[in-house]
Amino acid sequence: MSKEILSGNEAIARGAYEAGVKVAVAYPGTPSTEILENTANYPSMDSSWAPNEKVALEVGIGACFGGARSLVAMKHVGLNVAADPLFTLSYTGVRGGLVLAVADDPELHSSQNEQDSRHYARAAKMPMFEPSDSQEALTYTRLAFEASEQFDTPIFLRTTTRIAHSKSIVETGEPVTGLPEPSLERDPAKFVMLPGNARKRHYVVEEQLEKMAEWSCSQSFNQIEERDGDVGVITAGVSYQYAREVLPEASVLKLGLVYPLPKTLIADFAKRFKTLYVIEELEPFIEDQVRAMGITVIGKDCLPICGELTPGRVRSAISGKEMVPAYTTEITLPNRPPNMCPGCPHRGVFYALKRLKAFVTGDIGCYTLGFMPPLSAMDTCVCMGASVGNATGLNKVLKGADKQKVVGVIGDSTFQHSGINGLMDMVYNGSTATLVILDNSITAMTGRQENPASGFTLAGVESPCIDLEQLCRSVGVKHVRKVNPWNLEETRLAIKEEMEREEPSVVITEAPCILIKRDVGQRKTPLEIDPDKCTGCKACLKIGCPAIEWQPDAGERGKAVVNELLCVGCGICDQLCAFDAYREVKNG
Amino acid sequence: MAKVTNILLAGVGGQGILLASEVLSEVLMLAGYDVKKNEIHGMSQRGGSVSSHVRFGEKVYSPIIPEGEADMLFGFELLETYRNLPFLKKGGQVIVNRLQLMPPSVATGMERYPENLEQLIADQVSDSQVVDGLELAIEAGNARTVNIALLGALANKLDIEQNLWIQAMEKMVPAKFLSQNLKAFELGRQAAN
Repeated sequence: MSKEILSGNEAIARGAYEAGVKVAVAYPGTPSTEILENTANYPSMDSSWAPNEKVALEVGIGACFGGARSLVAMKHVGLNVAADPLFTLSYTGVRGGLVLAVADDPELHSSQNEQDSRHYARAAKMPMFEPSDSQEALTYTRLAFEASEQFDTPIFLRTTTRIAHSKSIVETGEPVTGLPEPSLERDPAKFVMLPGNARKRHYVVEEQLEKMAEWSCSQSFNQIEERDGDVGVITAGVSYQYAREVLPEASVLKLGLVYPLPKTLIADFAKRFKTLYVIEELEPFIEDQVRAMGITVIGKDCLPICGELTPGRVRSAISGKEMVPAYTTEITLPNRPPNMCPGCPHRGVFYALKRLKAFVTGDIGCYTLGFMPPLSAMDTCVCMGASVGNATGLNKVLKGADKQKVVGVIGDSTFQHSGINGLMDMVYNGSTATLVILDNSITAMTGRQENPASGFTLAGVESPCIDLEQLCRSVGVKHVRKVNPWNLEETRLAIKEEMEREEPSVVITEAPCILIKRDVGQRKTPLEIDPDKCTGCKACLKIGCPAIEWQPDAGERGKAVVNELLCVGCGICDQLCAFDAYREVKNG
Repeated sequence: MAKVTNILLAGVGGQGILLASEVLSEVLMLAGYDVKKNEIHGMSQRGGSVSSHVRFGEKVYSPIIPEGEADMLFGFELLETYRNLPFLKKGGQVIVNRLQLMPPSVATGMERYPENLEQLIADQVSDSQVVDGLELAIEAGNARTVNIALLGALANKLDIEQNLWIQAMEKMVPAKFLSQNLKAFELGRQAAN
């Protein structure tokens, strides 16, 4: 045993290692990504990135059917993609334990919605543990594998951003030994979910859930903390920590298993208090079930459904008083949103799309930042892969010039995740929309993870690499062309031609992410601006490069300067300058 | 409830706040405290506002600092430090790096960077100190050691044995940059004296 400071994600990886997991699979997604990046550090687990969450879960299920313990990880919206196998997996149950770690993102720190994945536990009839710190993330991971096999069911381990990314002190343990070796075992009544078999399994699922609810009433993960006073709190996950901050005198029923609920335990606890709170983030998931038991509680009548909880928000909700800070900022402050990196190959593409007045159906990735000013070149963004279908739908209902304006924009990883199906539809059903694939050879937004077209695996081993151009041609797109996004004019003309073409077409802008370490050679000598030549026309500011800074007080009407520490010499700005003011830094 | 001390680190993605808060948390654990630390990843590498919450004491519950309860605001950039003032509790301390980084709206000429932020902070917070991290880092021989130089300034305000700091840095800082970082740390300590 040793003490370490681990994030929730690191602790889940450690827990999986200790639980004897053989296979770990995921598609990256904030805030879940580091789970697999960390399982990859333990050679006893086969860790891999799948092209999407559905495939990840299906791979995990295969390993589980072979008798191995498997861990599958994803963010909340990824769970929507994996929902199809999920809802039947609860019927088949498991051979080796299967744990699905799902990370929700209350407050939408890095997501497109704020869904509460606890509803999936109920909808898919699958038990769900929820840790409240890193120690529990480790312990519950181990526990979840044991319970998975004990109750013949896959199990959720749900975290939220503040659990996944918080670090706290963890005592690690030793890996379990004596798990059975994987093997083939035919059991069609359990693993072949045709109606005749599945009908019977449904009864088993219901029975197992009942048993587990009963069992959980006496387990230490559902724990009562007795304190004096007549206020009681039912809570789980990170909300437990906030409840302890705000109501230190209250007795607490802390739920480690949030589905199914330990009803007897809850009923016994509830009857002892005059005032009973349910403190939970997002939806009234526990609250509704407790109310359905005929128990009166205070919950979402004062606590917010939208946004994450914080100690301050819980305090204000319970006291009914707004907190007044001791110090204030009296002036309006410029915001500092994230931006595409200096030297990002996507920047020029969005500049071109803006000049072409394209209506851009966007997608999920770094390039979603193309929405931000000054580029402001994204008009829709729904979910992974949606750019393609959205473009097709618009193409169906528009006419003339409007119809030509529609361009879908998608990254290489997102295209493989779920864009390719949209492209098949585009060809099959005669859409004339244009799709731009921003191929930067990596899954960049989540921190540069490999994908099937990047040429490497999660372990960093060289792998077969999908040829995106051939892939598009193989589904029947006749007009597929590659352009160099560092060349603004070439990029603009290529997209323009394809927009005008009355057939489906794909433009692949090919240039690696500037942050890929193995491509570090693409960084060039930084540029500088000759102050004598800069007229202050602001043309170069239109690409929104963080390395170009406006000096309002320089010259008569201001001048641009390059921050040499940030500039990687990509030269997009140079192509925008009509006065030849950009030059390479000497001795740079 | 036993006293918990709250340190809020604030700055801009890419400034090394993550490493600084990792070292800080490690040191606090070595010193025998319960420690929790939280920051938001994901968007942070792309030049956006970044803050890291570090809490320590006998027993820490929430991984994020309750609003208005930061004992110390440890700022890597002026605007981000000023922005986070409402997190500071009455009578709290500020250590701030003398650095202005332009947000996109300023860099593109749509807004101006607020003036006199050092003064605005000093006017409100009596216990505030400005440190020139870049100057110290350059003196230490590597401009990329600003975060550790600033950590040295912070270390001066915390009652923790020097050898624990060194032990943590040895564990967490890449070996080839260790000596420069140790020097930056020491210069930071002296600067804040």
